[in-house]
Amino acid sequence: MAVLQIREAINQAIDEEMERDSGVFIMGEEVAQYNGAYKVTQGLWKKYGDKRVIDTPITEAGFAGIGIGAAMTGIGVRPIVEMMTWNFAILAFDQIINHAAKASYMSAGQFKVPIVFRGPNGPAHMLGAQHSQALESMMAHVPGLIVMTPSTPFDAKGMLKAAIRDDNPVIFMESEMMYGNKGEVPEEEYIIPIGKGDIKREGTDVTIIAWTKMVAVALKAAEELQKEGINAEVLDPRTLRPLDEELIIESVKKTNRCVIVEDSWPFASVGTEIAHRIHTIAFDYLDAPVEKINSADIPMPYAENLEHAALPSSEKVIAAVKKVLYR
Amino acid sequence: MEKIKTMKEEKKKNAQAPWADLNLSNEKLIKIYRDMLLIRRFEERAAQEYGKGKIGGFCHLYIGQEATGVGAIAPLREDDFIYTAYRDHGQAIARGMSSKGCMAELFGKATGVSKGIGGSMHFYDLSKGFMGGWGIVGGHPPLAAGSAFATKYQGRDSVTICFMGEASTNQGVFHEILNMAMLWKLPIIFICENNGYGMGTAISRAMAGEHLFEKAAGYEMARGAVNGMDVIEMYREMSVAIERARKESLPTFLEARTYRFRGHSMSDPGQYRTKDEIDEYKKRDPIETFGSALKQWNVLSESAIEKLEEEIKAEVQEAVEFADASPQPPIDVLYDHVYA
Ligand SMILES: Cc1ncc(C[n+]2csc(CCOP(=O)(O)OP(=O)(O)O)c2C)c(N)n1
Repeated sequence: MAVLQIREAINQAIDEEMERDSGVFIMGEEVAQYNGAYKVTQGLWKKYGDKRVIDTPITEAGFAGIGIGAAMTGIGVRPIVEMMTWNFAILAFDQIINHAAKASYMSAGQFKVPIVFRGPNGPAHMLGAQHSQALESMMAHVPGLIVMTPSTPFDAKGMLKAAIRDDNPVIFMESEMMYGNKGEVPEEEYIIPIGKGDIKREGTDVTIIAWTKMVAVALKAAEELQKEGINAEVLDPRTLRPLDEELIIESVKKTNRCVIVEDSWPFASVGTEIAHRIHTIAFDYLDAPVEKINSADIPMPYAENLEHAALPSSEKVIAAVKKVLYR
Repeated sequence: MEKIKTMKEEKKKNAQAPWADLNLSNEKLIKIYRDMLLIRRFEERAAQEYGKGKIGGFCHLYIGQEATGVGAIAPLREDDFIYTAYRDHGQAIARGMSSKGCMAELFGKATGVSKGIGGSMHFYDLSKGFMGGWGIVGGHPPLAAGSAFATKYQGRDSVTICFMGEASTNQGVFHEILNMAMLWKLPIIFICENNGYGMGTAISRAMAGEHLFEKAAGYEMARGAVNGMDVIEMYREMSVAIERARKESLPTFLEARTYRFRGHSMSDPGQYRTKDEIDEYKKRDPIETFGSALKQWNVLSESAIEKLEEEIKAEVQEAVEFADASPQPPIDVLYDHVYA
C-alpha cells in the first residue's frame, strides 16, 4: 500500500473523480495556479487546465452560489468548491444554508444539489480568533446538509469519493494541521459510505468519541491510559450528519462510559447531540454521565500559552476518562 | 461629480520641492520619512523574529507599501478613525503606536497592543482611533462605514479612513458599503491599496475591468488613482479627500497603486511573480525616493539620514528586547472580555 499524506489522499480522490466523470470540477481561491493555499490541489490545474480547475476571486458567497446553481441544473455538473478555510466559508453560509440545503426540499425533490464544499476547519496554531474556528456544529445543525470530517488519509480519500458521488450538498471539513499526516492508502478503488463511523482503537473500559484532529488527541490519551490499565476505545464517527448512531450506541453498551472530544465550542455542539442520544438511547447501560471536552468557550486567543490552555489536550481527556471511571 | 486625476508618473521638473504646495514643515517632512523607515526596519526585524519562531501564525509584512500608509495617516487629526485589514503593522506604527507594543503583540505578550490576544492581524488602540486589524477579506469596510456613520450622527467632524486590499473589492459587501456611504453621505475615505496581487492571484485574473477606482463610478463617488509609492502624492490626495469628508461629509474612493516587496505572508514563497517585476518596483522604493527628495531640497543631509537609521535601529532593537523580556499573558485572562 502507498503511504500518503492526507493532502495527497484528498488530491487523489479529486483527481480520480475528475477522471471518472467529466462533470466534476473544482473551484476556489488559489486552487489552480498556486496549487492550493495548502497544496491540496497540487498538479490538478496542470493536468486539467482552466476549464476544470478554476481560480476564483475572493468572493465566497458568489462562487459558492455559482457552484450550487451549476449543480442544481440536473445536467451532470458536480462541483467541488474549496473554501480556503471554513472561517471564510462563513461568508457563504447564506448560499449554503438558505439555498443549497433547501433546494431539494422546497422543490419537492425536483432539484438535486450534488456539490461538495471542502477545506480546513478548526484551530491551527496561533492564527487568532478570526482564523481558528471549528464550525462543524453549525453546519451539522442544518437539515439538508451532510457533514463529513475525516481523520486519516485512508478515510479522507474514501469519504471524499462518496461525497463527490452523492446527490446532496456535502460539507467536507479537513484540518490544516493534519494535511501532512501520513497513512496507508490502497492502490485499488474504495469508497467509505456516508454515515459510517470507525473504531480507531478497540477497548473495553470507556468510549472516547472524536473526529478529525481530535482523534489523535484521543488516541494519545488512550495510550497513556493503557499504562494505568485503562483500556479505552476510540470511536471516530467520520460523518457527523447523518451520525452513525448504531456504532456509537453499540460501543457505549460495551464500555458503559463515554467521553467526547471536540475542538469546537461546547455550547450546542455535535458532542452535545451525541451525548443527548447516548443518554436517551443507552441510559440503562451508562455507569456515569457522558463527559465532553471542548475548546474553551471563547474566541481563540493568539498567545501560545493561552491557545494551549484553550484547546483540548490528551491530559484533559485523561482527566475526563478518570472522572467517568470514578478514579 | 469631481474625479481625481489619475497619477502622473513623470516628475514635474520645476524649481519647486514636490511638497511646495502643501503646508508641510521640515519637522513634519522628517517625521513622515522617519515613520516610513521605522516601518521598514520594524518589518524586516519581524521577519527575522518570525524565522526564529518568536512570532507565530500568519504574519503579513507592509514592506514596499510604507508610503501609502504613512501618506494617508499623516494628514489625519487625532480624533479621526482608522480601519485596516490584517496587514496592519505599518499603519499602526504610522498612527503612533509604539514599536514596543507592536513587537510585543507579535510575540504574543501581555504588553502587546492587544495584550497578546490579537496577534499580528489584530492590532488595536482605541485611544488613537486605531480600530484595527481585521482578518476576513472584505469584513471591515462595513465597520469603517459604521464609524463614519456614528461620527456624523453625533455631529462630530471626525473622518474615518479605511484601508483595504484590491482583492477585497471583489467581495459583495464592498459594493453594499460604497452604495450606502454615498447614499448617506458618510465622511469616509476608502483607500484601496492596490499592490497587484491578492495572495498569488494577479488582479487581472480576479477582476473584470481594468480601472479599479472606477468601481466607485457606479455610485457616483469621488474617486481616482494615486501613486502609492509616493508619500507626498498620497498626502496631497488624502488631504483633499479628508477635507471633502470633514467639510462636506462626502466619501472618496482612492486607489493607491503600490507593491509589496515580500510574499503575501511569511509562508508564501511568492512564485507567481518574476524577480524582474519585483526589481522593477524596488527601483521605485518609496523610502529611497522620498529620502533623495529630502536631500535634494536640503531637508535632510546624508549624515542626518544615517543618524536616523541608527536611532531607528536602536528603537527596533529595544522593541525586540522589550517583547522578549515581557511576560506571556496570565492564564486567568482566558475568559476575560468575551462579553463587555
Ligand atoms: C473572506 C476571506 N477569504 C479568504 C481569506 C484568505 N486571504 C487572506 S488575505 C488574502 C488576499 C487578499 O488580498 P488583498 O485584498 O489584495 O490584500 P493584500 O493581502 O494584498 O494586502 C486571502 C485570499 C480571508 N482572510 N478572508
